[in-house]
Parts: sequence; structure tokens; C-alpha cells
Amino acid sequence: MEIFDILLSATFWAAAIRIASPLIFATMGELICERAGVLNLGIEGIMIAGAFTGWFAVYAGMPLPAGVLMALLVGMAFGLLHGTLTVPFGLSQHVVGLGVTLLATSMTYFTYRLALPEVTSPPRIEAFAEWPVPVLSEIPLLGPALFVQTPLTYLAFATVAAVAFVLYRTPLGLALRAVGENPASVEAQGLSVTGLRLGAVMAGSGLMAVGGAFLTMSAFNSFFFEMVNGRGWICIALVVFGAWKPWKSLLGAILFAAFDALQIRLQQTPIGAHVPYQVFLMMPFVLSILALILMSRRAEVPAALMVPYNKGER
Amino acid sequence: MGPQAQARVVLRLDGITKRFGPLVANDAITFDLHEGEVIALLGENGAGKTTLMNILFGHYSADEGRVELFGSPLPPGNPRAALAAGVGMVHQHFTLADNLSVMENIVLGTEPLWRLGRGRAAARSRVEALSRDYGLSVHPDARVGSLTVGERQRVEILKALYRDARILILDEPTAVLTPQEAEDLFATLRKAVARGMSVIFISHKLHEVMAISSRVLVLRHGKLVGEVATEATDRHQLATMMVGTEVAPLEVRAHAPGPVLMALKGVSTPALGNAIGLRDITLELRAGQITGLAGVSGNGQAALAALIGGLEVPEAGEMEMAGAPVEGWSPRRAIDGGVARIPEDRHKTGTIADFSLTENAILESYGDAKFSRKGWMNWRAAEGFARDIIATYDVRCPGPATRIRLLSGGNMQKLILGRVLERGPRIILANQPVRGLDIGAVTYVHQRLLGARDEGAAVLLISEDLDEVMALSDVIHVISEGRLSPAFPRGAMTPAGLGVWMAGHGFEGAEGGGADHAA
Repeated sequence: MEIFDILLSATFWAAAIRIASPLIFATMGELICERAGVLNLGIEGIMIAGAFTGWFAVYAGMPLPAGVLMALLVGMAFGLLHGTLTVPFGLSQHVVGLGVTLLATSMTYFTYRLALPEVTSPPRIEAFAEWPVPVLSEIPLLGPALFVQTPLTYLAFATVAAVAFVLYRTPLGLALRAVGENPASVEAQGLSVTGLRLGAVMAGSGLMAVGGAFLTMSAFNSFFFEMVNGRGWICIALVVFGAWKPWKSLLGAILFAAFDALQIRLQQTPIGAHVPYQVFLMMPFVLSILALILMSRRAEVPAALMVPYNKGER
Repeated sequence: MGPQAQARVVLRLDGITKRFGPLVANDAITFDLHEGEVIALLGENGAGKTTLMNILFGHYSADEGRVELFGSPLPPGNPRAALAAGVGMVHQHFTLADNLSVMENIVLGTEPLWRLGRGRAAARSRVEALSRDYGLSVHPDARVGSLTVGERQRVEILKALYRDARILILDEPTAVLTPQEAEDLFATLRKAVARGMSVIFISHKLHEVMAISSRVLVLRHGKLVGEVATEATDRHQLATMMVGTEVAPLEVRAHAPGPVLMALKGVSTPALGNAIGLRDITLELRAGQITGLAGVSGNGQAALAALIGGLEVPEAGEMEMAGAPVEGWSPRRAIDGGVARIPEDRHKTGTIADFSLTENAILESYGDAKFSRKGWMNWRAAEGFARDIIATYDVRCPGPATRIRLLSGGNMQKLILGRVLERGPRIILANQPVRGLDIGAVTYVHQRLLGARDEGAAVLLISEDLDEVMALSDVIHVISEGRLSPAFPRGAMTPAGLGVWMAGHGFEGAEGGGADHAA
């Protein structure tokens, strides 16, 4: 059976991890926002803005890490916009989120046209190279899959560890979780609901933009319209799949990416000749929906998710 | 703990004024709190007690006036400053995060945010020591969502003690407690006061005010209208100060009960989400009788109300109306069968806020021949009906076309009462009928319910206020964890006796257990 050959090959798993990396960044970003009680539907647009920013910064002559940093800052700026409208002003998180996505997408395309008016095929950049980890990359199957990746992928995994540590092991994380559960509890203990939520949305949006930057700086080495292609929306589902927990969300991202990598390979097998390729494209989404139904039934949603906090209102 | 003239002033409110639009919630309020003193802040709903304490705690900023704590002014509008100065507040609606543990709720905000790791061992032993010292037993690792209301309140008090609060504000702390839990709370407060804590106790329950405080301040319509030493006053005087006029005690005459109109025999209903279901309940509602249901909120009252209102059907057991088993029970069947509801939450389930008084008046009866024929509304008749209710029940409003959201709670409740009583109901489900009403409206609603009883209606009165249940009911049941106690006739039980049942004791071998606590 070809499918077993695929599942046992290191290149398949290496591809899955690579496909998962941008999802991991953006999922952690969304998770931080939602744990603080803010649904951030700006994710899709922020990823597009991040993809463009990172790529353009490098194209304009900046070193690669500086490009990542620029993407982070642009993401945080959109987070500041989203957070200002949803937290102190308490506007509908759905409307603001979709608005931020539309704004970020259009601004990105507009900036692209302004900066490169004559170009028909977008220029490529010298992207992050693979960086095999000594010793670990020698492990059979696991080594080439996990430890022959670009630095950004390692950073994605480190981000999960950092988010989990901050959420569960630090006073800041406790305050973030509490503000997503009951903002009144945070206010009554003398902390600022606005400050915590705004900070979470900015930090989360920054991570989303880095997820977008992964696409241009570590995968496709160039910027195309439509390249984010719904990954942001998938990340929102992955947060639910992961029951708002970092490690479980990581698992979800890898699982989804594995389905994605699998469908690409299945298209090239003899079955692929008989089945329209759209069916394969659909597969990861169908499987994700099924997994979501099975996994997220007993999830504990942050109690104050999507509930704006108005000081003094009872 | 009498008032000591020499005791240090720990808190001084000076001319506090707060306006919400045209409403003056607090009008130039001035008073002192001394060290080791318990003052009671007494007033009706809407008198401005909670607003005043929210200003003191920094949730609101006052428009005028100043707050002084331990001799130095408190910067307005900042809970952090109030906490740092040693003010702890137990809010009426707890400010706890349900999905976090007790410890997490307590230490939240007490550590610098940007610290790696947490020094929990020291914090934990401190919390354990405090709960031992003050008799506040609660498990530090328990999830707050799994605690009882009484335990949650202990967490709130621990939060204040953990921060070394010197002044403790309690906003209606006993509203959600059984009488025994209230006693425990008072014991804790006395311990704290003995160690120099100063307490502001907000309440509208006179006997508690008499029991715990050394001085009483009375608020009415935002003004401080009286200040008396507790020793020098009595409940009647306090009630008069609180309302502003003499309060006539409610006259309840005995009334001979009639036949059973509704009977539940061994009825159980499933739990819905977090709401508890009914477990093997036996209940008879008789014509001309008020059946009181006492119990701590969340023990199955909602399930029983849903069952009688037709929103829920029995999972097991039998339900009979006028001796015949009911089939296909539904809200429509309940309404047609003469069940009328005064819902627990008049805003959420009693009225539709943006509908007119006319529309709200016929919400349950719009299908009657009087109001609609062959699918066409007869608005003239509906409006006439609304006008009748407005006149008969003294609903203060601009007119029947007014949106009901503009009415005060008391007037809204009068409209609901009219809607219920004008239909000549056989069974009245009165769920928290006077919650949030001022004393005048309370008396009015109670008199009307007694009147309906005298005309032969069966009334089921569900209330968390034990005093209300004991004053009105001809027979009393206690509900606890979805189980129902036997019926106790009027005068057969003391509050303490009912409290034992409210705490969930006595249900095993029910017949024997009840007699032990009978008066």
C-alpha cells in the first residue's frame, strides 16, 4: 500500500512539519487573544500583512531576522487597532475582526502595487535555509522530519513552549487566563482589564504576522496574492480543536498539516488519476471538521470570550 | 464591640456625590468608620448603597467629595489604590473566575506580573493558615466553579485577608446563604473585628443588621437620612427610617384550603446543563393555599418552575391536574390549564423589553378570542386590557404604548401581576415575586397574592428570602439538591429548623428527620 510508504517516509513528515509551522505561530497568536477573551478574526488579514512585510523587508535589503521583526511589529500594529476597537470601545469582535482582515489584506495589496508597479512575477528573496541540528538530525525518521528544518520552524516550536510556560507558570499568564474567564475578578484584584486584553491582542497579532512571514521567508521565498489562502481561519478552528491549550493546539496543527501533505502525495498515486484533485484538496478540511467534532465536545471555552467588559456595568 | 469614642478613624467619606444622568445616586454623603467597628449600611434597593461602596473601592469615581483612608486621601477610580490602602470588598456578585482554582483566584494580582515562575508554597501555607484562623474552610486546589455559593464567599473573604485588608466591605453578603452559613459568616467577622478589622456591612435585612453591627447608617434615595447606635434602636424604627413612612406589618389571616389542583407524585426531571434537576418530588398545590418553597438558590427551584410552567416534562413520576393525569405537558397546556407565572427574572423571561405595555400585557393570552379572531389581532381590546391593568394595579407609566423597558422594576412587576391575576388563574407560580422591589411594592405584591389565595387560587411561592416564605406561606417545603422536604404547616418550623433542611440534612429517612428540628 502506497499510503503506508508515504506515512513511513521522512520526507513526508518533514513536509508536514514545514506546512504546520505557519499554522503553529498563528494558532498560538489566536490562542493568546482568545484566552484573554478576545476573538481575533483579523488573523487572516494579519497573516497576509505579515507575509508581505517580512518578504518586502528582506527584498529591500534587510537581514532575515530583521524581516521577521518587521512582520511582528506590523502584526502588533494591527493588533493595537483591533484591540483598541474591541477592548476599551467594546465593539463587536466579529465586525472588528473581519474589518481588520479586509483592511490588512487591501493595504497589503495596495502597498505591493505601489512598491512594485511594473512587476508581473514577484521577485524571489534569499530565504531562511535549512539548519540541521547536530546529532538530533541523525535519528532515523524523526531526525530528518523534525531537525532538518529552517530556524523559523524551531522558533515556532519554541513559541509553543513559551506560551505554555507563560500561561500556566507565571503571574502574567494567570492574569491573562483570569481576564478571559471573568474580567471582574481581575478588576477587583486591582489589575487593568484593558491593559491585559490589549496586550494579549497585540502579542497574539504579532505572532499571527510571523506565521504569515514564514510563508514568504521560509517556504515559498516570494510573495503572491492569495498565498495565505484561508490558513488564518484554519487556525481559529485549531484553537478550538486544542481546547484553548497550547500543546494540544500544536498537535492539531501538525495533524492538519499531515493531512495536507498526505493529500498532495495521494494526488500523485494511481488513485489520483481517477479522482478529481479537488477531492484531495478538500480532504484536510473534511478530516479537520471530523476531528473537531470528536475532540472539542468537552472543551472549556474561556467564559468571557467575546464578552466586552464595560467597567461599572452590572 | 460597642462604638468607642477614642478609636482611630480609619475611613472618612466626605461629601460624596455621584450622578448617573439626572439620577443622583449618592448625595453629599459623609461618615466616619472607626477601627474595630462594624457599621451597617441599610437601605432599600436603589438607595445608593452599592454605588457608594463602588466609589470607595474605586470602581467608580465620585463627581464630588473625597475619601480618606487612614488619614491620607484615596486617589479616585482605581481599585488598585483601594486594595493597597487595605480595603477589601466582597461584592454581591462574586468576582471569581470559575475555571481557575481557589489559590489562583486568591493570588491573582498580588504578584508582580512579569516574574518567571511562581512562589506558591509560601502563598499556600499563608492561605491555609488564614482559613484555619478565621474558620474559612475551603480546599485551595478546588476549581471555583465546583464550589457552593457559601464556599465561594469564603474565597472572596480569603482574598481580602490574604491582602491584609484592614477594612472589609460586604455587599449583601447573606442574600445567598443559608441561616447557618450566615451564622458562620458572622462568627468569622467577629474574629476579624477582634483583631482590629473594621467592617461595612451592607444589607436590607433588619435582623442581621441588629445582630452584627454597632452602628447603623440609613440611606434613602441617595441621601444619608439617619445614623443610630444599634443598641439604641429596634427593627421597627430602622424600617421606618429606611422607607421614610410608617410600615404597616402585613396581615395574614388563616384560610381554609380547598381541593388539590396540581399534584406531583415522585416526579424527577433531568439536569439541564449546570442547572440541577428534580429528584423524586412529591408536592400538592391546593386551592386557597400558599405553598412556600424555601431553599438556597440553584437547588432545583428553576427546574420546578420550568416543570410547572410547562417548559419541562417529568422524566419519571406522575403529574396530575385536578385529579387527572396530564398528557402532552407544554407551556400552552399549562396556560390553558390555568397556570399563571410570575417569572423569576422579569427582564429576561417576564417581559420583552422593547415591546409596548399593551403587547406585554397579552403575551400569554393573545390567542384568546378576546384579543384575536381568525388570525387577526384586535388591538383595541388589547389596549383596553392594558389600560385596565394600568388603572387597577397602579402601574406608573406614560401610557399603554410605552416600551416596557422604560418602567421601574416595581411597575414592571405590577404589570406582570395584573397580567397574571386578571386571567383568573387557578394556579399561580410566583418565582421570586418581590426580588429587587422596594418595601412599598413588596407589600403590594404580597397583598395581591394573598387576595388571589383567598379567591381560591393555588399559589406556589418560590423565594430565597426565608422571611418572605415564612410570612406568607400556609405550608412550607424546603428544596435542596433537587429533593423536596415534607410539607411543614405554618408555625411548625423555626428559621433554624428550615435552615437544617436547606443545608441538605434530614432528607435521609425524611419523616423522622423533620420532627427533630420542629419548633
